[in-house]
Amino acid sequence: MFQIKLVPEKTNVPFINWRKPAMVCSAILVVVSLILAFSPGLNFGIDFRGGILIEVQTSGPANLSDMRSNLGGLGLGEVSLQEFGAADTVLIRIEKQPGDAAAQQAAVSKVRGALGNGLDYRRTEFVGPKVSGELIEAGAIAIVLAVVLMLIYIWFRFEWHFGVGAVVALVHDVALSIGMFAATQMEFNLSTIAALLTIVGYSINDTVVVYDRVRENLRKYKTKSLPDVLNLAINDTLSRTTMTSVTTLLALVVLFVFGGAVIQGFVFAMIWGVIVGTYSSIFIAAPLLIVLGLGDRHRKGEDRSDDKRVAKSTS
Amino acid sequence: MLYFAPWKTTLIALLCLAGLVFTIPNFLSEQTADGLPDWLPHKQVNLGLDLQGGSHLLLEVEAGVVVQERLNALVDSVRPALRGKRIGYRDLGLRGTAVTVTIRKPEQLDLAVEEIKKLSVPVQGNVSGMPGARDIEVAVVNGNQINVTLTEEAIQERRRSAIEQSIEIVRRRIDELGTREPTIQRQGEDRILVQVPGLQDPERLKAILGKTAKMVFRLVDLTISPAQILAGGRTPPGSELLESDERNPDGSPVDMYVVRKRVMVSGDTLVDSSATFQDNMPVVSFRFDSIGAKRFGDATLKNVRKPFAIVLDKRVISAPVIREPILGGTGIISGNFSVQEVQDLSLLLRAGALPAPLKILEERTVGPALGADSVAAGKIACVIAFIAVMVFMALAYGLFGLAADLALLINLFLIMGALSILQATLTLPGIAGIVLTIGMAVDANVLVFERIREEIRTGKTPFAAMEAGYRRALGTILDANFTTLIAAVILFAMGSGPIKGFAITLGIGIITSVFTAVVVTRLMLVFWLRRTRPAALPI
Repeated sequence: MFQIKLVPEKTNVPFINWRKPAMVCSAILVVVSLILAFSPGLNFGIDFRGGILIEVQTSGPANLSDMRSNLGGLGLGEVSLQEFGAADTVLIRIEKQPGDAAAQQAAVSKVRGALGNGLDYRRTEFVGPKVSGELIEAGAIAIVLAVVLMLIYIWFRFEWHFGVGAVVALVHDVALSIGMFAATQMEFNLSTIAALLTIVGYSINDTVVVYDRVRENLRKYKTKSLPDVLNLAINDTLSRTTMTSVTTLLALVVLFVFGGAVIQGFVFAMIWGVIVGTYSSIFIAAPLLIVLGLGDRHRKGEDRSDDKRVAKSTS
Repeated sequence: MLYFAPWKTTLIALLCLAGLVFTIPNFLSEQTADGLPDWLPHKQVNLGLDLQGGSHLLLEVEAGVVVQERLNALVDSVRPALRGKRIGYRDLGLRGTAVTVTIRKPEQLDLAVEEIKKLSVPVQGNVSGMPGARDIEVAVVNGNQINVTLTEEAIQERRRSAIEQSIEIVRRRIDELGTREPTIQRQGEDRILVQVPGLQDPERLKAILGKTAKMVFRLVDLTISPAQILAGGRTPPGSELLESDERNPDGSPVDMYVVRKRVMVSGDTLVDSSATFQDNMPVVSFRFDSIGAKRFGDATLKNVRKPFAIVLDKRVISAPVIREPILGGTGIISGNFSVQEVQDLSLLLRAGALPAPLKILEERTVGPALGADSVAAGKIACVIAFIAVMVFMALAYGLFGLAADLALLINLFLIMGALSILQATLTLPGIAGIVLTIGMAVDANVLVFERIREEIRTGKTPFAAMEAGYRRALGTILDANFTTLIAAVILFAMGSGPIKGFAITLGIGIITSVFTAVVVTRLMLVFWLRRTRPAALPI
């Protein structure tokens, strides 16, 4: 029977030898992501910025310029129109109106008045400034809380090196995902936070599988150097890592293509997160154990590592 | 790892069967599902507002207003109280959260304090637990100035009851709209979450909730015309200029009225109201309770041939002239109304006035068309993702892959069954959660299968390889999935609406996928292994 084998049965890829370029590369990417997050910054959706979002469907292809001039004359400040998923569907975003909640509602009524009843109002969302502030806060707390809880869990199940290594990898993944959103200027909203948390969950899942094997191999091969043990663990789990990533990506790509425009941003974030998470388990989380000085406790006095950094960090 | 006691096998089979049975109603139409015999489950998965269409509104009760009203009322009642005892005073007014007044003669200070203390009312509900707690505190400062403040308990109590009343009024108004299964819950200190599925006209819902609907009957002041005031004339004390509720197309009021501030009869004495027709014009008819009827009768008796204003939330709805005393306690409000307007007005009068205005903090409305589109897209994505992953698994692991595929199918039933039993809400991100679970569910199987391959390579027999493969992979699977479960739990706790739906499916999916991958697949493979006793594993 025909069988797919993504990875040969026995591999011996020297992943650990590439750790320095990989870490430098990741560090640069994280820094670039952070810079991008400040300038041009994230394209916050109304969930976090406050404002109004209206999705309408016209009977024929929408005439964007007509609608734009129509709505531009209402004096509602910045109004942006965007085709959304199909030629007859338009997403209208209106910035937060000065004044109280009643002013926001008045703006919605004005738009409805200007566009008339000839089209289908598929979605109306309004988020007031008070709520948007709380949503940002809740989102940030959720991500930090998730990371901290995972740190504690892994610390508890493994050792502190693993916990710290996993969390650094997580922060790396979250940073690169945020960077991706800043670079593409895709809308960053509540579902993005959900996607980020799922990325956190997926990435830690991947990391734990590699770490589990590292722990097992540390016990099994007491005489091997730490880099060798790590490399063996990564290669042992490589087939699983790729299989799982591919099936998950398969499902996500299907969702991206067929799931409709509303969740495309959400799915895009997760696709990117799966890629980054897989990369970081192999190239960041595992090699970090060397940097963090794991190993000496397991092989007291018989550290055969030729790596100077291990010797240095154990002092 | 390879031995299953018969009772375990039975239990596992029953669980899978239960998943299937509880999923079935979701594939039937609502009528067919409801028509199922009672012993069969007929609950369908709840669709979130984003999938079935509807409005989600987060409202804030501006409860500070009721405290402010009490303070204003205090100012108004201090005046006659002091005058009644011939106590000279000056500078009576509201400063911040205190009513202050300065007594001219020091010897009258004690009497004044006593009189003002009489204005207090007992705190309802008695938060402090002390019997007879009063709502105001009276203090003398700077020699002859009296400061009157509300006690903390009184403020808390007023806010609390304003919020509770508001929830009740909101519920009554929405019930009057006749929508099915609205959710109205208190959220946090002073917020109300309203979720109304399948609403045709969300703007009407907002309009109805946006009105305080305080209706009062007041006399029109005929000593001066609105035009004179607009031209710079002085508004007589005790009167004010009000706009008409009827609007021109550009939003400006059609008319203006000078209306006396004193309330003739207040709308809270109304007991019923309905929309009807008079001379083919839509009108609102209303009926007072006995107190209201008497007051209305007295007032109309004294003011025949004078106009009075029906004022709703500081706007004049209409200002008819009293042709004859209205003693029966009923009346009608006519004006330039549409049918919809009289329906809404009578609804508001029936449901009662809100104690404080409501502010819309957040609105998410999804039309039924978009919801249906999302469901359709989600279904297609689910099916395609499912087939793609199944084919991939079969190609990668052969017979073992097929076992995993079967487990995946069972997994889907278990998720749907669990959602139906729990009556959890399925949202669009929730569908994404299911699709993601499909991708991730095979992870546990992949871990086991890869491990078995490794064990085979070390030269183990099929039985030994299976045994070792499952045993060794189990710890990893549990660790890996537990961490993802942490993320799901946090999402559930912190998220709202659609995001919560995602967390639910993700969380359920993690649990069921570990169960199906570790237990169900293993059972199938063990069964197969014992029957065929192969020399080598086809993996």
